[in-house]
Amino acid sequence: MKKLALAVAAASMIAGAAQAGSHMPSEVRLGVALGFTGPAESLAADMAAGAEMAMKEVADSGKLFGGAKVTPFRADSTCTDASAAAAAAERLISAEKVDAIVGALCSGATISILQNVAMPNGVLLFSPSATSPALSTLEDNGYFFRASPSDARQGQVIAEMLQEKGYKSIALTYTNNDYGKGLADSIQSNFEAAGGKVTINTPHEDGKGDYGAEVGALAQAGGDILVVAGYLDQGGKGIIQSSLDAGAFDHFFLPDAMIGDSLTAAIGADLNGSIGTVPGTDSPGSESYKEMFTAATGAAPGPYSDYSYDAAAMTLLAMQAAGTTDSKVVKDHVFDIANAPGEKIYPGELAKGLEILANGGDIDYVGATAVELIGAGESAGSYREILVKDQKNTTVRYR
Amino acid sequence: MTDFINALVVLSNFILVPALTYGSQLALGALGVTLVYGVLRFSNFAHGEMMAFGTMITIFGTWGLQALGVSIAPLPTALLALPLGIVGAVALSLFLDKTVYKYHRQRKASPVIFLIVSIGLMFFIGGLVRFIIGPGDQIFFDGTRFIFSARDFKRSTGLDEGLALKMTQAVTIITAIIVVAAMFWFLNKTRTGKSMRAFSDNENLALLSGINPDRVVMITWILVGALATIAGTLYGLDKSFKPFSFMQLLLPIFAAAIVGGVGNPLGAIAGGYVIAFSEIAVTFAYKKVVTYLGPDSFQPDSLVQLLGTDYKIAVSFIILVIVLIVRPTGIFSGKTL
Repeated sequence: MKKLALAVAAASMIAGAAQAGSHMPSEVRLGVALGFTGPAESLAADMAAGAEMAMKEVADSGKLFGGAKVTPFRADSTCTDASAAAAAAERLISAEKVDAIVGALCSGATISILQNVAMPNGVLLFSPSATSPALSTLEDNGYFFRASPSDARQGQVIAEMLQEKGYKSIALTYTNNDYGKGLADSIQSNFEAAGGKVTINTPHEDGKGDYGAEVGALAQAGGDILVVAGYLDQGGKGIIQSSLDAGAFDHFFLPDAMIGDSLTAAIGADLNGSIGTVPGTDSPGSESYKEMFTAATGAAPGPYSDYSYDAAAMTLLAMQAAGTTDSKVVKDHVFDIANAPGEKIYPGELAKGLEILANGGDIDYVGATAVELIGAGESAGSYREILVKDQKNTTVRYR
Repeated sequence: MTDFINALVVLSNFILVPALTYGSQLALGALGVTLVYGVLRFSNFAHGEMMAFGTMITIFGTWGLQALGVSIAPLPTALLALPLGIVGAVALSLFLDKTVYKYHRQRKASPVIFLIVSIGLMFFIGGLVRFIIGPGDQIFFDGTRFIFSARDFKRSTGLDEGLALKMTQAVTIITAIIVVAAMFWFLNKTRTGKSMRAFSDNENLALLSGINPDRVVMITWILVGALATIAGTLYGLDKSFKPFSFMQLLLPIFAAAIVGGVGNPLGAIAGGYVIAFSEIAVTFAYKKVVTYLGPDSFQPDSLVQLLGTDYKIAVSFIILVIVLIVRPTGIFSGKTL
């Protein structure tokens, strides 16, 4: 009898321990580290709102770990101050004890957080908006993901587009900073790999009065089309204007930072027939996210707000799939929920996704930005193909 | 033969016409700097910003005229608004002379003090311009853009290479010739001009012979204000108006004035063209020219470019250094700095 009692007690203890082991957390704490101050501060407010919208949707559904709360903790990662970014993330982890971090906004801040805080502490970092190609190859032990495509990807898309349109040789000029150089190098390597010829790849400085000399060099190098990886209100415009004045090039390729109404208005009819790319998707998720955001806040979402929603949603869905908030386990489930096979999940359907995962099913998170994770955990990215027609940027198709 | 003509057309389109235009703009700017140096005896660093100020007033005048529907097409309306800009720049110059420079002149301050004061005024005027019109680009060109475009040229001549001549380029070169001619006539033929030259040559002797120094100073500032506005407006019409680019223009302008011989008006003009032609010719890629002129089927792989276009501004520095070493008084022997 005594033995039996002992056995029962021991068994119940083991069972209890086992139960404690699989016990679902009752609260998920997520850091939202974005550049609330600094050069990109205008983007941060809507991005944080987007991320917190996904968290609220998940918490309200009561489906995550059978009804866990989701609490966001904001921190200012700044945009260019690497030490401030690391300190902000450090505080999130040591003081707020967050389970994962959505952020950062800029590539520089993201790299700093990843190397100084997220990787050493083993905490998942999911950036909505860092696009630097450097993040694709950086050592991250699998703790880093991003909802946005790398600029290297845009170079690939541009090279494909140029090939399809039959351009055999291109001249290339870029604004002299990390964005311009990264994009230009990516275009060059992809275009040359596909058998095309890059006659010249040269930088230009922004804010000059005269681009005659730059255009002179570009014109002598020649090429079927001039790719201008610059800014539409800066040197990019000057280069195009000078090229047209000197009769150096008739057609231009305009990457994302060159797409805007001010350029078509400033150059006029001569820009007709030029082509370009800008990130964008025709997925139904994009529209429904806009409606959701507008209904919740009363204003249309700003750039990258949708990517922030997706970053937060994927983090939480991966936790559900892993059955734990431990980043060491969660990081291996991000690809599973983001890519096929499985039921497609759009914005506003997070409850459905959580339910399927709880029942052991598979989901393919599409979200607001048609996410498809590739490579080292970044979005494949879809782009809008632009054709300038009648002095307007028109969408040809999505790729 | 066709190859030779094609090569010539390339050189004209990318070097000759742009350098003539740019050189004219620099020459007018350097003329203003050299006048201040010759008569008032200091290096006026505020000249670039004064160009921006005069141009800004001209832009406001242009917008006013456009709103009224006044147009002198095919010429740009800004030419009509130029007098207003000149009045504005002259008024500011005289005001600053009365409130700032006059005090130092009476104390017989050394040229270095004047130079520092002019740097202070440079920041003041620069701030004023940015405060009024903002730091961004302003486009105020209207009228016909091209006298003939590269495409028209190719079609009518049947050549492979195109040559474009913009309206603003023609306007710049012609205006520069008129202004320079008027300037020399004034300095050499009129009584006031002669008194200015006398004052510049020997101040004490000029005072003894009854020349009114206040009048000479006033006339100088009027000429400088007018030259600054004309140079700034022509540059703004041809390129674009942006306050920052006028500050960048200061270096080539000073290089032009010093290369030509500072204090010597003829030298300022020669210096302007020397700087403009070297900046453009040294950074130009000669690939096509070599291809046309070289033997058949010879095509260089490289761009045949001496210096990247990024180093354009360094060219004026190099010329400046060489001239100061070899011939410190400049090509037309002005005053030593």
